[in-house]
Amino acid sequence: MKQVVRGFYSVAYSVKLCRPNVICAYPITPQTEIVENLAAMYANGELGGAVYITAESEFGAASILVGASAAGARVFTATCSQGLILMSEVLFNAAGMRLPIVLVNTNRALSAPLSIWNDHQDSMALRDAGIMQVYVENNQEAHDMIPQAYKIAENRKVLLPFMVCMDGYKLTHAYEPVDLLSQEMVDSFLPPYEPAAYLTTKKPLAFGCYAPPHIYMEFRVAMQRAMERARDVMLDVFKEWAEVSGRDWGGHIAVDFPDSKIFVVAMGSVAGLLRKVVEELRNDGVSVGLIKIRTFRPFPVEELRETLKDAEKVVVFDRSVSFGYEGPVSIELKSAIYGYSNAEIYSFAVGLGGRDMPKDFLERIIRDVAEGRERPGFAFKGHHEFEEVIP
Amino acid sequence: MKIKINIGAVSEPMQSEKLKTGDWGTHYPVVDKEKCTACKTCEQYCPDLCIEVKEAGEEKFAVVDYNYCKGCGICSSVCPFEAIKMELKDIFKLEVC
Repeated sequence: MKQVVRGFYSVAYSVKLCRPNVICAYPITPQTEIVENLAAMYANGELGGAVYITAESEFGAASILVGASAAGARVFTATCSQGLILMSEVLFNAAGMRLPIVLVNTNRALSAPLSIWNDHQDSMALRDAGIMQVYVENNQEAHDMIPQAYKIAENRKVLLPFMVCMDGYKLTHAYEPVDLLSQEMVDSFLPPYEPAAYLTTKKPLAFGCYAPPHIYMEFRVAMQRAMERARDVMLDVFKEWAEVSGRDWGGHIAVDFPDSKIFVVAMGSVAGLLRKVVEELRNDGVSVGLIKIRTFRPFPVEELRETLKDAEKVVVFDRSVSFGYEGPVSIELKSAIYGYSNAEIYSFAVGLGGRDMPKDFLERIIRDVAEGRERPGFAFKGHHEFEEVIP
Repeated sequence: MKIKINIGAVSEPMQSEKLKTGDWGTHYPVVDKEKCTACKTCEQYCPDLCIEVKEAGEEKFAVVDYNYCKGCGICSSVCPFEAIKMELKDIFKLEVC
């Protein structure tokens, strides 16, 4: 049944339907209302036998979830920005311990300067953690992604943490009509979690043990293989979801107008606006298509090679920067298609720290590329000219 | 050769006992039984549970577990009676020409 809800609720309600055993979080804008909603559900007795734990920090929250997940619980947390990087030491461990923790990151800029607004710098900092990352476009996709995240993460072929990335404010605070799932539907889609190994007094175990040089490397190779198996598991789960829900969000990437000469590449909520821009440009005779990257980890290498093999120009909109190089999506896309496509890559970092990206702004950039007024390479767009001075 | 590894580096507990760390350090503590009053200060401060007050007949004094002691010297520095001295291991007594 469709209801007009905020992004927070679309996530919280979906988490509830997944019957988690332990929820543990620390509040941070713009994630707070996700866990507030879950805390309210818990207080009202709507979470069944779940335990809701308030932690003293994000480091604590992640640590509690590592313990709970190792004990065999289905767990959930949400965070962003400073909270995510405070969790980072623990989350790298969770990945190494192969714990299928599901978390929602409400993408927010990193300090300094302090910014509570949206970009992708926080989740990009966890790129190499061994955590699957999916970026959603709207609140329905966020709602739908939670049961899929558990199903993928808990698959015995995978067993890695899963991070659902949704844009802070642009999605979290937005009211949208969302077709809320039913308990019956989620129950039939998502089986109860059966941990491969778990902590119990009957059979004591130690997780993430000491590995000297003669054995450490094998565990990291195993993580890479799990990530590679996750590609196929994800496609199966995405397909099953499309069948049972009637909503097909695509595979690792979602492509509009695959026969185009120019492709626009983006992740997250801006893809919705770019779709509109692309449609209008096509009406003006520009051969332009859209690639929405859904799974950033594992990275959709094959899909990008196939889609871009005959492309002439690629415009990448990054919402973060790897300082000293360029935007991470652009870096990875170039690496993926090297030797498979002769397309010129135009890489732009836009919308950092919540800087507005209106429709005509995006349209002008794509038009400039299409009409040869831009040169391939990396540039920031949408900032003022400035001079750095000492106060 | 194909080896087996446990997913997530999960293992039976207490496996780290097999890793004897006693040869890591350059120095080792030596307890002077005459000065030791069995006050247990060293026992509480040792970061590796490697020194323990034990009874031997009438006597009570601190005993070091050299299998695991890494030679950090904390026991020696916290001892209120200067009963623990850190000594250089023989293998590090090199002659410099």
